[in-house]
Amino acid sequence: MKPPPFIYHDPNTVDDAVALLAEKDNAKLLAGGQSLMPMLNMRFVLPDDIIDINKVEELSYIKDEGEALVFGGMVRQRDIEYSDLVSERCPLMREAILNVGHRQTRNRGTYGGSLSHLDPSAELPSVSMAHDAIITVKKKGGSREIAMSDFPVAYMTPSFDMDEMVTDIRVPLWPAGHGYAFVEFSRRHGDFAITSSAVLMDVGLGGKILRASVTVGGVGPSPLRVPSLEEALVGEVGTPELFTETAERCREIDAMEDVYAPAWYRQHLAAVLTRRALAKAYSRAENGTEMTLR
Amino acid sequence: MSDQRTISVTINGENYERTVETRLTLVDFIRHEVLLTGTHVGCEHGVCGACTILLNGRTARSCLMLAVQADGQEILTVEGIAPNDEELHPLQQAFQDNHGLQCGFCTPGMLTTLLEFLKDNPDPTEREVREAISGNLCRCTGYQGIVAAALDAAKRLQAEV
Repeated sequence: MKPPPFIYHDPNTVDDAVALLAEKDNAKLLAGGQSLMPMLNMRFVLPDDIIDINKVEELSYIKDEGEALVFGGMVRQRDIEYSDLVSERCPLMREAILNVGHRQTRNRGTYGGSLSHLDPSAELPSVSMAHDAIITVKKKGGSREIAMSDFPVAYMTPSFDMDEMVTDIRVPLWPAGHGYAFVEFSRRHGDFAITSSAVLMDVGLGGKILRASVTVGGVGPSPLRVPSLEEALVGEVGTPELFTETAERCREIDAMEDVYAPAWYRQHLAAVLTRRALAKAYSRAENGTEMTLR
Repeated sequence: MSDQRTISVTINGENYERTVETRLTLVDFIRHEVLLTGTHVGCEHGVCGACTILLNGRTARSCLMLAVQADGQEILTVEGIAPNDEELHPLQQAFQDNHGLQCGFCTPGMLTTLLEFLKDNPDPTEREVREAISGNLCRCTGYQGIVAAALDAAKRLQAEV
């Protein structure tokens, strides 16, 4: 028996779950369990109460709201992988989800859980950052919305309070025909990435970049947008030189350092992966042109 | 007092009712309470894949679930794959014929993982098979025999339909 002792609760509704969160001082919410269960098994966390929300059925939807897709917090990663809606309307997420763990973990892991855990190189937080997602968190007696740009406050620390839970994620969509690319480098397939790059690009007639979103994961304490790079792209016609040159700005990002990778290496990967992702996204955009950068 | 619950779980078609501590993992429930030791427990943090079972037809790592979460659910373990005591399932037979196992530690996880995968993707490429088993560690075979077995099993299963 590996997990520490706790009291187990399995509410059926969000209201019951947030009531328990309000009442218990040292509680942890159990969603898909693909991060929390290892942490319990290793006793990195010692909660007095576990609030299992797997029986809360009201959070398992993917809704098409025209301008945005709205995901319930308990949507499984597998549901995202097999959703036609996601493939058609939000192809960046579809490309990213295939890098999330393995089939066995995607069957259980959830969108809300991944955001709440907030691993700096996890794919779903990166995609959420790229798309300027808006996260709804709920507590007893009320809910509020948090923009993804304000969602991470520190390494693996989201900005919601201990008595709040993620109930839905609104992902604003880009126009049909936009370019996208999710590229990551990990030591083995399915491992957490050392570094990733997510690019969205709206390309107008004549190949001019109208709007760009560039997010690097695994470099800073949370996924980071690179505004200076985005600004340098807008108004320009995409060329290999432009993408090679502008991607170099990723080397200026203040990078983490750990036993797996020094800061310079993460910066280097960010520049290389972003260069590739920019070329791939531009190639895929309806008004872009085909190019490959190594 | 420890937090306990009485749960009822269907494993390989048979119902098991037990009173367990709520912190008991599903793999320990299967091995220590139900005494089905075919499911192996390796890393206990979701990396090695040896404890993979099918929960309502979908693979899950049984070390990353609590036993209480399986209450009222249907589980298939390696013991339930063969159609009867005499015959092996085509996937198991392909493992035997292609030298898909040596020590056998990873085998229950490999079989359950591939059982789901071949349903999702009945005619996979070698690359797709390698990706499908990327969440299952084998330290003996170098994966060559396992990949060959999976591709062979896909053919056998398609011939059956």
